[in-house]
Formats: sequence, C-alpha cells, structure tokens
Amino acid sequence: MAERVLMKGNEAIAEAAIRAGCRHYFGYPITPQTEIAAYMAKKMPKIGGVFLQAESEIASINMVYGAAAAGMRVMTSSSSPGISLKGEGLSYIAGSDVPAFVVNVQRGGPGLGGIQPSQSDYFQATKGGGHGDYRMIVLAPASVQEMASLTVKGFNLADKYLMTAMILADGTIGQMMEPITFEDVEVETYDKPWALTGTKMQRKHNIVNSLYLKPDELERKNFERYERYKTVEENEVMVEEYMMEDAEVCVVAFGIASRVAKNAVVQARKEGVKVGLIRPITLWPFPKKVLRQAAERVKSFVCVELNMGQMIEDVRLAIECSRPVSLCNRTGGMIPDPDQVLASIREAQKGVN
Amino acid sequence: MKTTQILIAGFGGQGILFAGKFLAYKGLLEDLQVSWLPSYGPEMRGGTANCNVILSDDPVGSPIITSPDVLIVMNLPSLQKYVDTVVPGGQIYVDSTLISEKVERTDVKVYYIPATQMANDAGVPTLANMVMMGHVLKNNPELTFDGTEATVQKLVPPAKAQLVELNMKALQAGRDYQ
Repeated sequence: MAERVLMKGNEAIAEAAIRAGCRHYFGYPITPQTEIAAYMAKKMPKIGGVFLQAESEIASINMVYGAAAAGMRVMTSSSSPGISLKGEGLSYIAGSDVPAFVVNVQRGGPGLGGIQPSQSDYFQATKGGGHGDYRMIVLAPASVQEMASLTVKGFNLADKYLMTAMILADGTIGQMMEPITFEDVEVETYDKPWALTGTKMQRKHNIVNSLYLKPDELERKNFERYERYKTVEENEVMVEEYMMEDAEVCVVAFGIASRVAKNAVVQARKEGVKVGLIRPITLWPFPKKVLRQAAERVKSFVCVELNMGQMIEDVRLAIECSRPVSLCNRTGGMIPDPDQVLASIREAQKGVN
Repeated sequence: MKTTQILIAGFGGQGILFAGKFLAYKGLLEDLQVSWLPSYGPEMRGGTANCNVILSDDPVGSPIITSPDVLIVMNLPSLQKYVDTVVPGGQIYVDSTLISEKVERTDVKVYYIPATQMANDAGVPTLANMVMMGHVLKNNPELTFDGTEATVQKLVPPAKAQLVELNMKALQAGRDYQ
C-alpha cells in the first residue's frame, strides 16, 4: 500500500494536478487557496513546468484559455471573488470547447465577503457564472483524499468532454490536513487533433474561437455542445449514499457540510431516527435520478448547506417537489454544528410520523 | 472505537499549529485516522490562533470541534473562550506561566504546567508548546511517548535537523513534569 502522508487539501490538489500531467499553472493569490499557488511555485520549475503569477485573475484565466487551446493540461485556482473575475474567460473557454481545470476554494460572499469557509458559489458554479449557454463539470470533494482524486478525475473529464471541470471546495477542506495516499491516480490521455500546436506545413490550420456571427452556425454549435453535455449527464454522475436503505428522512449535503451532516446522521440513528445521507459528489451533473428514486421511499428531505439555500432548488427540482424539503444552513463563513443538523432531522422526522 | 478531539489555542507565534501538527503526525504514525484543522485568516496575523486535531480509530466525520475531549491553552483569552466547551470528564492543559487564573470546573481534569518558564529554563524558550505536548502524551497513554522522535523528524525539515534534539528536550521536560 502506498504511504499515508499528511497534506493540506490545497496541497493535495496541487500535487494531484502535477501527477495528472498538469504542467501549466496560472493564478493570482487569494485566501484560502494560496497554498495551491505556493506549491506550484515550488514544484513546477523543478519538473519543467510553468508557474506564473499573473497580474490579475482575468489575465490568469485567459492564459489558461491559451494553454488549453495549445492542448496542454492547464489549471488555475482562486476563491470566490477571484472566480467571479474569471467568469468571462470561463465562458470563452466553454464557447471554444477546450478543456480546462479550475479550482474554487470558496469563502463567504457576496462582494469581497470574508475569508472563512462557505458554499455560496453553488449557483455560480452549476448555473453559469459567465454568460451564454454552457455548463461546467462541478466536483465537490468532502475530504483531502477527494481533493486529490477528484483533481485527477477533473483533468480526465475535461479532456474527455472538452469542457471545464471545476473543483468546488471550501476554506475548511482547503486548509485542513488529513492522511492521503496517491495510489489511485489514473491518468487518462486523449488525442487533441484540434490543438494549436503548429501545422509544420503538414496539415490545415486549426482554429480555436468562440465567435460565430452567423446565428444558425452559433445555434448549431450550441446544440452540438448540449448533446455532449447530455452524455456527461448520462455517464458521469457521482454520488455517495449513506444509511439510505431504510431511511425515512434523507439529508442532502455536499463537501464540508456533508461531513457535519454525517455526524448528525450517526447521532440521530442512535436515537432511533431512520435517517440517511445523499452526498452529491458531482454537483453538475446533479444526481437527479438517485434523488428521484429516494423520494419514492423517504418521506422528507433536509438540505444542509453553507449558504442561504442554493442546492435545495436542485433537490426540489429533482424530486419534482414530491416531498417536503427543509433547509438547515449557516452562511458568511459560519458552519452549522452537528446539533443544529440533528435538530433539523428531528423536525423533519416529526413530519413523517 | 475511540475518538479524541483535541483543541489547542493561544497567540499566533506560540507554535499552536505546530503543536497540532505534532499530534496529527503522532496519530498518523500510530495508524490512527486523523484530521488537523487550523484557524486561518486575521487571527493568524498576530491575534489568537487555534487548531482542531481529531485522532480516531474510525474515519473522522466533521473535522470541526465544538466539544473537545482535550483542551490545551497557552493564553488567558483562549482559556476563557473554550473552558466551558470541554466535555465532562475531559482534560484541560494550562500554561501556568502565562495564565494565573484557575479553572473553576470540577468535572474535568486540569493540568497546570509552567511550560513557558520550563522552556526558558531548558534553554529552548520558543518551545513551550512542545513542553505542553510532552505532558499531554504522558496523560494519554494511547498516544505513548514511544515514536516521539520519529514524529518530530517528520515535522522538522532535513535542513534544520538540529531542531529535533531541541524539540525532544522540550517534550521530555513536559513528560517528566510532576
């Protein structure tokens, strides 16, 4: 077995990215994700890679766009306000169908907000952020081990589907240390015949572009892109179900909130409450089918989020409002303690009886 | 199945996070499940610092500690802030050089260690944190003092190998304090 090492979540992302073949990092520092940049600054020059601290977030995402167009495995990382600045670039990357890997270690918002952990960029990550019809694959790690494994997964998926894969983490998972191993790194490689690598006078020019002035052409591009997105929705959903077999109450939570929720589920089970947890690992594609199937068995849902209630909308849509869904939340950098979640579970259970 | 939740708190610069790392690595080398969560942000830039360490036989749930089994405090504001959060039957370690106040609770075990003074006397004035850790190990047999040097070696970069000996000196002083 590979050695267990203690690492911060942010460092795990950086190390996993390097192992996944990423040799280009462009970023701009912001708490609570700066360890990613620091790790890259230290490692990249030693392995022939590029670490570049750009003059701004906007510059860095456009450098990602450029390197991605050249067929490189490339990434950037930031935290909430920084990701807002990258929104335009993310849209261009989507419109050009090139693969990119982006990390958002969220902090409290809106505006400059605070620097403590938050999940309030759920809408931004899953519904757009930039302009236009597009999607990003959004991965929500709940442990340092998953920070690493989902990073590798993210690079693979980005290359496979020619789109952006985003890690949506938060300050807690970014800053905490847990033991991890790197034995499960499986790097997939994909041919990139579309990449701008120089024609060597042997082929026609490749063009990477997001400008389509003819509406019928742009419409066709969008239709094609959404066909690809449909494949992603069919094949790439990841979800963890915990104690759901006989559950009457279902807690839905992702990332750090799911860790707190799990403690509460264990506690509630001790009290005899039949409760389970569904943890979406991919926030897009959202595990609609698993939730819809759960709604046939459970009587009530509790959504635990570090925001004012964002994922709860997707939960309600997935189950077509067939069951009551309540919200248990803290925001602004606060984290609910297991007792608050436990109280929400008890409340939901009352509705069941 | 045992889970120990440890909260370490003090001023920035006292090595609070380092002490937490020490316990986390100690747990790692003993094949426990561990999590280490630091405070980050404004408090790291000169104010209070704290660190949550969980050592467990089972996978760690939430890494955030609300009711510690073990509280280690190295300044008065931290003692006042966290004293009531410790579970009944828990342990509180107080650096009595820096905190003259006594704990009024009677349902917890309290250890007063003049760690800052002891570190000064031992010629390792910056290692009061590790004096405290030595005493924590002494009173938590499941962590044992064995393997402490290997743990310290993990923490200290090879270029600063001379620090291993100094850390061990502080840890031993804490362990031997009666």
